[in-house]
Amino acid sequence: MRYVKAIADAITEEMARDERVILLGEDVGAPGGTFGATKGLLQQFGGERVRDTPISETAIVGAAIGAAANGLRPIVEIMFMDFIGTCWDQVVNQMAKMHYMFGGQVRLPVVLRTHTGAGLNAGPQHSGSLEAWAVHVPGLKVVMPSTPADVKGLLKSAIRDDNPVIVVENKTLYATKGEVPAGEHLVPIGRAEVRREGKDVTVVALSRMVHEALKAADLLSKDGISAEVLDPRTLSPLDRDALLGSVAKTGRLVIAHEAWGPCGFGAEIAAIAAEGAFRSLKAPVRRVTPPFTPVPFSPPMEKRWLPDAGKIAAAVREVCA
Amino acid sequence: MREPTREQGLAIYRMMQLIRRFEERVAECFAGGEIPGFIHLSVGQEAPPAAVCALLGPDDLVGATHRGHGQCLAKGAPPDRMMAELFGRATGTCRGKGGSMHLCDMAHGVLGTNGVVGASLPIAVGTALASRVRGSGQVTAAFFGDGAANTGAAHEALNLASVWELPVVFVCENNLYAEFTPQSVHTKAGSIAQRAGAYGMRGVRVDGNDVPAVFAAAAEAVELARGGRGPTLIEAMTYRFRGHHEGDPMAYRQKAELEEWRAKDPLPRFRGWLGERGWLTDAERARLEAEVQAEVNAATEFARQSPWPAPEAALEGVYA
Repeated sequence: MRYVKAIADAITEEMARDERVILLGEDVGAPGGTFGATKGLLQQFGGERVRDTPISETAIVGAAIGAAANGLRPIVEIMFMDFIGTCWDQVVNQMAKMHYMFGGQVRLPVVLRTHTGAGLNAGPQHSGSLEAWAVHVPGLKVVMPSTPADVKGLLKSAIRDDNPVIVVENKTLYATKGEVPAGEHLVPIGRAEVRREGKDVTVVALSRMVHEALKAADLLSKDGISAEVLDPRTLSPLDRDALLGSVAKTGRLVIAHEAWGPCGFGAEIAAIAAEGAFRSLKAPVRRVTPPFTPVPFSPPMEKRWLPDAGKIAAAVREVCA
Repeated sequence: MREPTREQGLAIYRMMQLIRRFEERVAECFAGGEIPGFIHLSVGQEAPPAAVCALLGPDDLVGATHRGHGQCLAKGAPPDRMMAELFGRATGTCRGKGGSMHLCDMAHGVLGTNGVVGASLPIAVGTALASRVRGSGQVTAAFFGDGAANTGAAHEALNLASVWELPVVFVCENNLYAEFTPQSVHTKAGSIAQRAGAYGMRGVRVDGNDVPAVFAAAAEAVELARGGRGPTLIEAMTYRFRGHHEGDPMAYRQKAELEEWRAKDPLPRFRGWLGERGWLTDAERARLEAEVQAEVNAATEFARQSPWPAPEAALEGVYA
């Protein structure tokens, strides 16, 4: 099943299961979503529950917050994560804080779907990866599914969660295929997945970089290096036990993500490893990230900019040398 | 034009007294070091919340501003637990996690005061959306100030509420200042109510220190909202007698202006209106004001006697 179909199935199943679930966003209704993830939902569930909004990100997120405070379970879409700055107050000062600052009086079961990712020549304002912004804020949960099975299972768990959950998809994954278990399929929020077992090095990879890390592991196995690929799947709250367990086993750590390095998620992973598994480490931790520039538009520049299997393999070879 | 009944009029007057006395007490306790943090008072602006909320039921909702003590009290939040929250005590409505600018009381339909100017409007649109989808018949009143009227959040919220014809009454308490900045500096257009036309909704500007005028506008707006006929923008022209926050020396305004507005104090004005109708005798007034004073005293004592939260409680409740 394609990743995009897994998203549509998750939303369809949850809307059918629970009439409190509604869908709001730019072009999510009649047009069916920029990448077709919400196609047919308007016809199936009607205009009360599936609503095309004006281009008003602040009002979209605010409306979801209010609707959640008054008994619904909204799913909202912020089309490209680069646009999240336009509604960041609602996300950070309202949605993330209200349960805490009101002493538990409100629960905000809001799901905010958005996508990141370079590789489609969408240019600097449509290709960024900003998940670290959200991970920095208490009160938000953040998931970043890399496979169709995970996006379905995590999205369904997010819809059922009583907290705000940001689901960070990757636009280049929408067309990818993978097995999705038939029937009710839930992936718990907060649990990492070992995508490939290994003994020499742990490669922690996010979203699309999981697939690049797996390719890198294939390349490395030819050199006799056994790489373990760990997909955190949930960035907040993070499965620290899985991370520390893997690092304790392999003694080496490489982190790959598409977001910028400085204050990126990899810095957090490296810090956790330094604090919790320092004595297991046989080599310095390495991060594989893009250069610290906006995402360029033109294909050769964008290709140079993106991390890939070759760059991950090179970093692994360095720490294993 | 709808007028308050005798019963409504007396309830509104009592509420205005409660807001005034509550906030004067807050000012004293803040000056005395009993209330931590920042305090924004609405002394002088009692008419809009008291008149609007008199038209709302227990299930209706209110989105409040950072200057929102009056809006919370008028919607029915208990003064003792509100005062305890301002004192930072464990018995506060938010268990001491919120304080004056983040004061919520969902049991009485108060969605929270909001420390970010303009941010409560989209949230009020959301509660109204849920009323609509659930068919609950609730109306949401969204209070905001003239400063908030210039935020993007306000424009987006007004437009969206209008597009979806949601049951919201937007109440702009125009007190002529955005924090320390007068209207002449922050707004070119003469009135905020006139913006309603641009969003395709009804707009009305009223004297916000005139209870019957606010009541009449709100009565129509609430009725239309409840009947599924969409939102209204009410602009209530009013004035705050105190600074933007407690301790603000108010260097930005003339004494003459303040005195001019003091002469338009909504409390004696509405008292006169009730008196003309023979609805408020001297004896009744004395009884009512003594009751309010006792209620504020009790709220203050409740707050003073309440325990501090355990420091460890800071670690609880980040997630549901």
